[in-house]
Amino acid sequence: MIPVHAPREDVVADALEQQVIDIIAKKRKLDPATVTLDSTFEQLGVDSLDAADLLFTFEDTFSIVVPDQAAQSMRSVRDVVDGLRKVLADRPAGAP
Amino acid sequence: MRRVVVTGLGAVSALGIGVPAFWERLTAGQSGVRRITAFDPTGYIAQAAAEVPGFSTEDYFEETERELLDRFTQFAIVATREACAQSGFEVAEDERDRVGVAIGSGMGGVVTQDDGYRKLYGKGMTRAHPFTIPRVMNNAPAAHISMRQHLRGPALSIATACAASAHAIGEAAEMIRAGRADAMIAGGAEAPIVPGVVRCWEAMRVLAPMADDPAQTCRPFSRDRLGMVLGEGAGIVILESWERASARGADILAELAGYAATADAEHITQPGTQAPSRAITLALQQGGLAPTDIDYVNAHGTATRLNDSTETTIIKRVFGDHARRLPVSSTKALHGHAMGASAALEFIATVLAIRHGVIPPTANYSAPDPECDLDYVPNEARSTPVRAAISNSFAFGGLNAVVALKAV
Repeated sequence: MIPVHAPREDVVADALEQQVIDIIAKKRKLDPATVTLDSTFEQLGVDSLDAADLLFTFEDTFSIVVPDQAAQSMRSVRDVVDGLRKVLADRPAGAP
Repeated sequence: MRRVVVTGLGAVSALGIGVPAFWERLTAGQSGVRRITAFDPTGYIAQAAAEVPGFSTEDYFEETERELLDRFTQFAIVATREACAQSGFEVAEDERDRVGVAIGSGMGGVVTQDDGYRKLYGKGMTRAHPFTIPRVMNNAPAAHISMRQHLRGPALSIATACAASAHAIGEAAEMIRAGRADAMIAGGAEAPIVPGVVRCWEAMRVLAPMADDPAQTCRPFSRDRLGMVLGEGAGIVILESWERASARGADILAELAGYAATADAEHITQPGTQAPSRAITLALQQGGLAPTDIDYVNAHGTATRLNDSTETTIIKRVFGDHARRLPVSSTKALHGHAMGASAALEFIATVLAIRHGVIPPTANYSAPDPECDLDYVPNEARSTPVRAAISNSFAFGGLNAVVALKAV
């Protein structure tokens, strides 16, 4: 069977994952290859202040607002990606 | 009560980075006041300020450090490094609980605040940067110095406007005297040259309009004085108990013999005469000094009409006949009024006057004012022995601090 275009959601998800990893790696001065979905903030040396800084960067990059409650439960790269995906999906139509 | 001595000095000011540049230009009467470069001051009344020249933050801090440090904290850290190095100041692990920090600042991290407000109000952003609070907070320099030097004793910030670093140095000395600490890193830092702050000071109508030659804008005690000039920078000193300094064989630069703080309890901006006079008298008393022992007064000398005439009255009241023979100078003509850093820079100037037997001049002095009739050491530094000296600082709100220094 000839591969067809992957479903759009996956493309977005992959791109989102990579963007999140790239942002975290850049901020923490890490090789992006060493940052995975399962990396925890603790493993990456991300303290509470660093996390606030990361959230600010994500909000700025994706033009979104991450509610404090959602932000507080983010402890790993996967948490971040899932959380951001939800905020992006809930965004009202026509939002940037 | 224990004796307190000064063993280290660090300065970042409009006269340059480091104490050698500060003292050289101070005694040469070379002003650091220039047209503002931090932003375009076109259309401002106060277009001149005493900016720190050539301060490249990347020369002193890694990128990740800079993110957390407002300009005023950067000045404080750079000056602290110099003071510690010059003093050979090292703190052993078992001493760390008894060494502290006291840093004055009038306004805190206003470079960060001004920039943040521009984005929130001007550009409609809805989130401030998460490092805004740690950068803006007035205690940021004290916190960063304690972290970097691993000092776990009393650490505090003092925010008494133009007298902040005099109070910081004085209260730090009191902690040593009282046995609550054996050494303190003390001083002040300020970086107020941003549009929002300059506009607010303009509104007070106390800033001098820029002179044709910007270096001549600030003219303390001179008949043609037109007001103060904002400055920036940091002054940091190492204070130690006499015992600690002697035991380690430190080069003792001067003794901080006396300190006093008083309040006018009168007016929010207009200076009084009684409480400042009492501050001088009390500082002399604590230092066991008679008025005639004082060979130099480093004046608050802001170059406003009111401050300089009032301060003259105060000096005459305290020193009586001795006031006629007493050299008084304001170094603000050269390093500007660096707010919370001013008193610390002036403290350093006073220590060095004692140390070198040279009194820095009141620059830009052109004509005597009948209301200011003392010896202001006009325009030329003067070589003369200085056995003891005082430095005055009188803040808005009528909060006064005077320190008395003595040769050792």
